[in-house]
Amino acid sequence: MSNPTVAKEKVEIVVNGETRLVADGATVEMFLIDHKIDPDTVVVEANGVILRRDLFGTTTLSAGDTLEVVHFVGGG
Amino acid sequence: MTEATTTRSMPADVVADLPTEWQLGGRKFRSRLIIGSGKYDSPETMVRCLEASGADVITVAVRRVKLDASDETSLLHYLDPDKVLILPNTAGCYSADEAVRVARLGRAAGLSDFIKLEVIGDERTLYPDVEGLVAATRTLVEEGFTVLPYTNDDVVIARRLEEAGAAAVMPLASPIGSGLGVTNPLNIQFILDAVSVPVIVDAGVGTASDAAVAMELGVDGILMNTAIAKADDPVLMATAMRHAVEAGRLAFEAGRMVRRRWASASSPTEGRVGD
Repeated sequence: MSNPTVAKEKVEIVVNGETRLVADGATVEMFLIDHKIDPDTVVVEANGVILRRDLFGTTTLSAGDTLEVVHFVGGG
Repeated sequence: MTEATTTRSMPADVVADLPTEWQLGGRKFRSRLIIGSGKYDSPETMVRCLEASGADVITVAVRRVKLDASDETSLLHYLDPDKVLILPNTAGCYSADEAVRVARLGRAAGLSDFIKLEVIGDERTLYPDVEGLVAATRTLVEEGFTVLPYTNDDVVIARRLEEAGAAAVMPLASPIGSGLGVTNPLNIQFILDAVSVPVIVDAGVGTASDAAVAMELGVDGILMNTAIAKADDPVLMATAMRHAVEAGRLAFEAGRMVRRRWASASSPTEGRVGD
């Protein structure tokens, strides 16, 4: 059983090709906010499948997960 | 004698005829100029160019968010999706699979199902991989995308793209970012004759006369980026491009005079003084 007052175990995930440590069970939304990324301006692909924005807050991360976090930049 | 005080202005019926609406992927647009949002010195300059150009559509690229750059802002902070169609591209994709993946990511932003499809086949010329392009077009059309493929100026491929369900074909005038203008107008004309979807010249325009030349061929629109972004004064060039695209379109609709080798006097040859 998880206890929110006790620091959770850190697990490795891969985000945009880089290995990152996150708390086991952290949500995608928590990850984005921790990295100062506005969830409303990005699109997230989790393990190769696009994640609907309304599921960011309920989708939890676990060891070995792969995320792509993309947004719009200038281009022609 | 008193000085005439009447002001000269264009008759109302002429003014009313100026911007002709056109359709692309089931949507109506007023401007036939589509601009890219890349290569600008700042997002503010990009926004001013968008306003000066009068464009109703602006392309954007889909890229990874830099995880450790908290000051990085999405382009969405600068563009109003209610005022302009934000058109994601698949620039930098070298296979159909990659392009399809990026197109899906672009659509997931939730703005529209329009995609500017690029499948690049050669790094130096940025020419399209047309096999991949046709395949990706087919896949994306099946998934409900409105596909606008950047293609070469090849009539056979243009026809294949139309058959695959593309909402337009977008042949290059010359290589992306080259500013060489319309290097093969005949090929653009072949495409215009062969397909019934809109034809948009995408890439290669360098200055206003290039845009006018393309529009005079009868293409439905022009997509450009570098010509504006890398002009000495981008906002002024955006204005020039707006006028060039409108002028070229009007000239096309007006129908140009027949070219002739010898002079033909514009003044009467009869009744000359001293005859």
